[in-house]
Amino acid sequence: MEELVNLFHGFAVALEPFNIAVMILGIVLGVIIGVLPGLGGANGVAILLPLTFSMPPTSAIIMLSCIYWGALFGGAITSILFNIPGEPWSVATTFDGYPMAQQGKAAESLTAAFTSSFVGALFAVIMITLVAPLVAGFALRFGPAEKFAVYFLAFCSFVGLSKEPPFKTIAAMMIGFALAAVGLDSITGQLRLTFGFTEMLNGFDFLIAVIGLFGLGEIFLTMEEGLNFRGGKAKIDLRVVLRTWMSLPQYWMTSLRSCIIGCWMGVTPAGATPASFMSYGIAKRVSKNGKNFGKGEIEGVIAPETAAHAAGTSALLPMLSLGVPGSPTAAVLLGGLLIWGLQPGPMLFVEQKEFVWGLIASMYLGNLVGLIIVLTCVPIFAAILRVPFSIIAPLILVLCAIGAYSVHNSTFDVVMMLVFGVIGYALKKCNYPLAPLVLAIVLGDKAEEAFRQSLLGSQGSLGIFFSNPLVSTIMILGLIALFWSVISNGLARLRTRTATA
Amino acid sequence: MTTQHSHTTGPTHKAVEAGVTTVIGLFGALVVYGSIKAGINWGAEGPKAGFFPFYIGLFIIISSLVNLFNTLREEDDLLFAEWGQLGQVFSVVIPTGIYVASLPFIGLYVASMIFIAWFMRWLGKYNWPIVAAISLGMPIVTYLIFERWFLVPLPKGPVEELLGL
Repeated sequence: MEELVNLFHGFAVALEPFNIAVMILGIVLGVIIGVLPGLGGANGVAILLPLTFSMPPTSAIIMLSCIYWGALFGGAITSILFNIPGEPWSVATTFDGYPMAQQGKAAESLTAAFTSSFVGALFAVIMITLVAPLVAGFALRFGPAEKFAVYFLAFCSFVGLSKEPPFKTIAAMMIGFALAAVGLDSITGQLRLTFGFTEMLNGFDFLIAVIGLFGLGEIFLTMEEGLNFRGGKAKIDLRVVLRTWMSLPQYWMTSLRSCIIGCWMGVTPAGATPASFMSYGIAKRVSKNGKNFGKGEIEGVIAPETAAHAAGTSALLPMLSLGVPGSPTAAVLLGGLLIWGLQPGPMLFVEQKEFVWGLIASMYLGNLVGLIIVLTCVPIFAAILRVPFSIIAPLILVLCAIGAYSVHNSTFDVVMMLVFGVIGYALKKCNYPLAPLVLAIVLGDKAEEAFRQSLLGSQGSLGIFFSNPLVSTIMILGLIALFWSVISNGLARLRTRTATA
Repeated sequence: MTTQHSHTTGPTHKAVEAGVTTVIGLFGALVVYGSIKAGINWGAEGPKAGFFPFYIGLFIIISSLVNLFNTLREEDDLLFAEWGQLGQVFSVVIPTGIYVASLPFIGLYVASMIFIAWFMRWLGKYNWPIVAAISLGMPIVTYLIFERWFLVPLPKGPVEELLGL
C-alpha cells in the first residue's frame, strides 16, 4: 500500500511540465540513437550524459532512462525495414520482421514489435514497483561480504551466460578491473599503476571507455563492412495498427513467457540480447507455427521484442535496489547517479524517495509516450537511414569527441577515447565481449572495496564469504553461474546416456 | 586456389587474434609489475594497494595463455579482414587521430568543421555546397546546444578568440 502512495507521489514528480518535456526529448533522442548504426543505448546515454549535468537529478535520470526506452524501441525499426539491427538485441527481430516487411507487412510487423516492447516493459515496471522495495529492504542486511557476493554473482553470470568463450569473457572483465584500479587507491590513498603519468592520477573514467569501445569501435567496424542502406517507405495508418492490435491477444502465452524470460535475464545481468534470443528460440520450439519461424511469422517478432524490453527494463531493478546494474546501459546510468552524488543501493529508497519513485513513475509514462511517438513517427525515423553513412559517421565521431571532452574538460580523455575505439574494434573482431569490460570499469572499485573490507574483517580468511547462509547462498549461486556451461553440458550428456540406456 | 588467394588479400584471423591475445597478456604482466611496486602484502590497513590488481593481473595472464592456446589450436584460415577493408578502417582512424590531436591547438569547432568537410568530400564525394552546409551547420548547432543551452564549455582556438566566443 505504501508503495502505491509513493508511486502516486512519483507520478506527481514525473508529470511536472519540465519532466514531461525532458521525457519526450529523451525518447526522441533515444529512438534516433536506436536507429543509427554504431550508436547503442549504452553509448547513447553515455554521450548525452553531459547534457544533463545542469538539470536536477530526477529530471536528468528521467531523460537518460527515456533515451534508454527510446533506444530499445528504435532498434526494431531498422531491423524490420532494412534487416540492419540497430542494436544487438534486435538481431532476433530481423529473423521474422524483415521477411514480413518484404511481404508488404512492414506496418503489421512494426506495430507488433512496438506493442510487444511496451507490454514487456510494462510487465517489468510492475515487477519493479512491487519487488524493488522488498529487495532493497532485504539488501539493508548486507555487509561487505554480502555486497562482494552480489558483485561476484553479477560477474560470474556474465561469464556463464555469455555466448563468447568463457576465458575471453574473463580476460575482458579483468582488463576492466585493472583499468578501474588505476589511480588513487580509495582505502590506503596510495597511487598505483600510474607509472609516473600525471594524467592517469584520476584513473580511467567509464564514460570515456564506453564512448570509445562502443561508439568509435562500431564506426570502425561499419567502415570495414561498408554499410549499404536501402531506403524504404514505412506507412502506418490507424487501421493497420488496430487490426494488428486485435490479433495480438491470441499470442498472450508467447508474450507472458517472453516477459518472464526477459525479467529473469534482466535481473540476473545477462541483459536484453540473450533474453531476445532465448525467447525467440523457446517460442520457435513451443509454438504450433514453429515451422514458419524465419519466414515472416508475427510470433517471431513478438517473442524477442517482448523479452528484450522486459530485460532492458528489469535490469534497472538490481541497479536501484542493490547498486549492481543488470546491463551495460544500466551500468552507465549507475555511473550517472554517482556523478549526481546519489548512491544507488538499499539506502536510496530511504534517503531519496522522491527520486526513486519519480523514476519508477517515469518508466510507466516514458514507455507510453515512447509507444505513441514511435507509432506516429516511423516514416521520419526511417528517413534518417537514407542519410548516407559518409554524412552520419563524421557527425557521430564529433559527438563522441564532445561527449568524451565534457566529462572532465580534458583533451587527454578524447585521446583515450580514440585509443579505446581502436581497442574496441580489435577486441570485437577477435570475439571478446565488451559489456563485461565496461561493467568491471564501473564496478571494479566497489567490488575491490567490498572484497578488501571483508578480508580486513576476517583477518585475511576467505572463509568470510561462506560464513552465514545468506552470503554462502549468493556465493554458491555465483559459482553455479560461473560453471553453468559445464553443468548444463554434463546434465545434457547424462540425459542422453539415460535415454540411450 | 581460393585459400591461397585469401591469404594474399589480408592478415589471417588466427594471426591477429594471437597478436591481440599476446598484447592482453603483456598488459596483464604490466599490471602485475605495477601492483608489486605498489605492494601486494598485508599492511596496517589490511591488504596493500597492489593486492587486488596483482591477482587481476595474474588472471589476465592465465586467461590470455588459455586463449592463445585455443587460438593456435584452431585450424581455420579465415581472413581477419581484407587489406582493402583495413584500408577503409584506417582511412577513418588516421584522420580521427589527426582531428583529436589538433583539438587543443585549433579548438573543437574549427577541427570538427575541417573533419566533417574532409569526410564528406573525400569519402562521400559530395559537392561543395552540401559539404559547406553540413560542416558549418554542425559546429553552429553544437555551439548553440552545448555552450548556450546546456552551458557545457568546449575547447576553443584562435578563431573563436577572434570571434569573441
